[in-house]
Amino acid sequence: MAVLMNGARMLLECLVREGVECLFGYPGGVTLPFYDAMYDHPIRHVLVRHEQNAAFAAEGYARATGKVGVCCATSGPGATNLVTGLVDALMDSIPIVAITGQVSTKLIGSDAFQEADTFGITRSCTKHNYLVKNLKELPQIIHEAFYLASTGRPGPVLVDIPKDVFQGQGHYHPVSSIHLPGYKVYTEGHAGQIRRAAQMIWEAERPMVYAGGGIVAAGAAAELRELVEIIDAPAVCTLMGLGALPGDHPNFISMPGMHGSYAANMGMYSTDLLIALGVRFDDRVTGRLSSFAPHAKVIHVDIDPSEIGKNRAADLPIVGDVKRVLQKLNPLLRELEPELGERKAAARRAWWRQIRAWQQEHPLVPAFSDSEIKPQHVMVEIDRLSGGKAIVTADVGQHQMWAAQFIRFSEPRHWICSGGLGAMGFGLPAAIGAQLARPDKLVFAVLGDGGFQMSVPELSTIASYGLPIKIVVVNNGYLGMVRQWQELFYNNRLCAVELDCFPDAEKLAAAYGFKGRTVERPGELARALEEAVEEPGPYLLNIRVSPYENVYPMVPAGGAINEMVLGPPQPVPVPK
Amino acid sequence: MLQVISLLVENKPGALMRITGVLTARGYNIESLTVARTLDPTLSRMTIVVDVDPNLRALVIKQMNKLINVLQATDVTDDHRAVTREMVLLRVRAPLEKRTAVLKEAEIFGARVIDSSVEGFALEATGDPEKLDEFIGIMRSYGEFDIARSGVVALSLRPRRPRLSPPVPAPGETGADQTPGARNGQEVLRSGRRFEAARR
Ligand SMILES: Cc1ncc(C[n+]2csc(CCOP(=O)(O)OP(=O)(O)O)c2C)c(N)n1
Ligand SMILES: [Mg+2]
Repeated sequence: MAVLMNGARMLLECLVREGVECLFGYPGGVTLPFYDAMYDHPIRHVLVRHEQNAAFAAEGYARATGKVGVCCATSGPGATNLVTGLVDALMDSIPIVAITGQVSTKLIGSDAFQEADTFGITRSCTKHNYLVKNLKELPQIIHEAFYLASTGRPGPVLVDIPKDVFQGQGHYHPVSSIHLPGYKVYTEGHAGQIRRAAQMIWEAERPMVYAGGGIVAAGAAAELRELVEIIDAPAVCTLMGLGALPGDHPNFISMPGMHGSYAANMGMYSTDLLIALGVRFDDRVTGRLSSFAPHAKVIHVDIDPSEIGKNRAADLPIVGDVKRVLQKLNPLLRELEPELGERKAAARRAWWRQIRAWQQEHPLVPAFSDSEIKPQHVMVEIDRLSGGKAIVTADVGQHQMWAAQFIRFSEPRHWICSGGLGAMGFGLPAAIGAQLARPDKLVFAVLGDGGFQMSVPELSTIASYGLPIKIVVVNNGYLGMVRQWQELFYNNRLCAVELDCFPDAEKLAAAYGFKGRTVERPGELARALEEAVEEPGPYLLNIRVSPYENVYPMVPAGGAINEMVLGPPQPVPVPK
Repeated sequence: MLQVISLLVENKPGALMRITGVLTARGYNIESLTVARTLDPTLSRMTIVVDVDPNLRALVIKQMNKLINVLQATDVTDDHRAVTREMVLLRVRAPLEKRTAVLKEAEIFGARVIDSSVEGFALEATGDPEKLDEFIGIMRSYGEFDIARSGVVALSLRPRRPRLSPPVPAPGETGADQTPGARNGQEVLRSGRRFEAARR
């Protein structure tokens, strides 16, 4: 039965069908009809304080649940403010749908008030985007948008809706099917290739599992763990894949790449078979490509055919959903085990000895000091309080790398950060989305003093929704990661990296009506964090840490992955 | 060397921008681009000639195939069963004493006279692009001159049916299953499914 309603109402009908519970947004002139329709509708609108944060919060929601996050902005400045979040979601393959208002169809192209070519601007920032010119198309487009965002390789989809389309009246016919003939999703994986993969895996002497965000997106953590345990191979998870394998799993040898562990990087360098699952051989992982895994054959499983062979040629490509592929690969590995399992067993034992030796030679050890708080120490304390169970969002910079190195996660969707884009200002709004999605969870937002100050307006959102987020500012007084590069690669000529005048955390939090404090002494740290966790509401903890700490190991940009700088240059003894 | 890409695309707003975006994002300059609808008016055939780094050619094709509006993108540069043609319109100023010579040359290249006046001729020629270059070079020597080239159109004679995805059900009143990857299961691509069948 077709019901007469306006476009705004129709949009809400579609959102309900898509299972949307809440959306993050900021209203404006052309979205007024949509906000009017929401006035008496059960869908929950979360008012953020800047549209960029609406997109980041939608991402936080999506990253914490795997569901599509929804954000909404008005035309012109509202839409342009979304752009960073869209690109972030595109880079990290996060399913979000952005709804933007547009000036009325008759005004498009006339430089009307608050008009921007959102469709053009966001073309390269989205997996796909739409401009709805006609109310009739609206329901179809909305369902297509959700379908595209959440299937295949997930990503952001934007729907630009002119004001007259929101206002126009029409009969709503529920959409029965979605037909996108050119949208090619290969989920199953080639059976012959999967069988060959099983053989290659048992024939390898030094296999290494390289798991990424694709495992998280596919919900394939259980299958990954099964694989790793069947073949008993060492495994690394990328920054996007942390939690895909439990952080305390004996086969997990930490994160690889620019700030990866020594064992992970040496392992990646020395392996003879790289089992790459839902990864894209990002330059922050591989370092100089020509010396990345030079002795290895590569099995590359990815749902996006254009990722295969993009950076590193695959000896055995498998295009498919990594969950489905592993569901087929694992039984085959078991089937072949009696026949092939023992063949390389001795070599594999030697490989494990080598891995363990690397782990012992240069373990990832947090720095501690009695006189000042080491940033790594903060992460160790958060790890202790979390026990692998808390959701931790991070901003971008040194603190993000230390968090990735020292906080362990027992499940996917607990570690949330901006990977591919590295967008400062991500951590706090992402925590808002994550906390709303998972009210049952303890959520830490681990931020730098720089990134925190990009997100300060959202303290107001946190206060108004009473979100019990534990905001942990790792305050080194610097744009630490940039300072580190200036120190190491620009002769320590520190330029525009000093952040003085950090606000008084207690007063700042109090101004928003919640608790906060600053800690400076190592002895107070553990208790301060506990207090923050015990507090039922939000908490702002400003932790003064040593200003000149650097993140190690470090593969300098463009360097070979096995040539890590392991620590600060040691002082040269002065001859007497 | 130039790459010739043939695409079958949905005739939708923004499709052209998305396709050229794959090239312009890398700073490639497009040599020529033609687009017009096919037998099915909802689809267009596009031919792009562009100088792509040889190592990136396969990737560029994959990235075009990834676009929602692209049903099929193929590299026909080295396809021996592909034909490529271009059309050129020329305006040649030919005073009386040169008219026969111009017409003779036109005949050699199989060009047609489509307009003639006391000042000169308008000619039309089709052929492969190198042949047209030669023709243009010769005609130029006759004096004042202007041209409009269509850009290359290509068609592969290999029967290459695009793989198309069948329709999938939209979420009903009870809402979509939003568990990660859940919807991927619905739309397993039936490989080899015929173009016509899927479009019906
Ligand atoms: C939006 C944005 N601008 C600039 C950068 C470059 N950048 C990367 S890390 C960093 C420093 C971050 O400083 P802070 O938030 O204090 O974190 P720290 O590195 O000190 O832990 C900067 C400026 C960025 N990643 N994102
Ligand atoms: Mg800092």
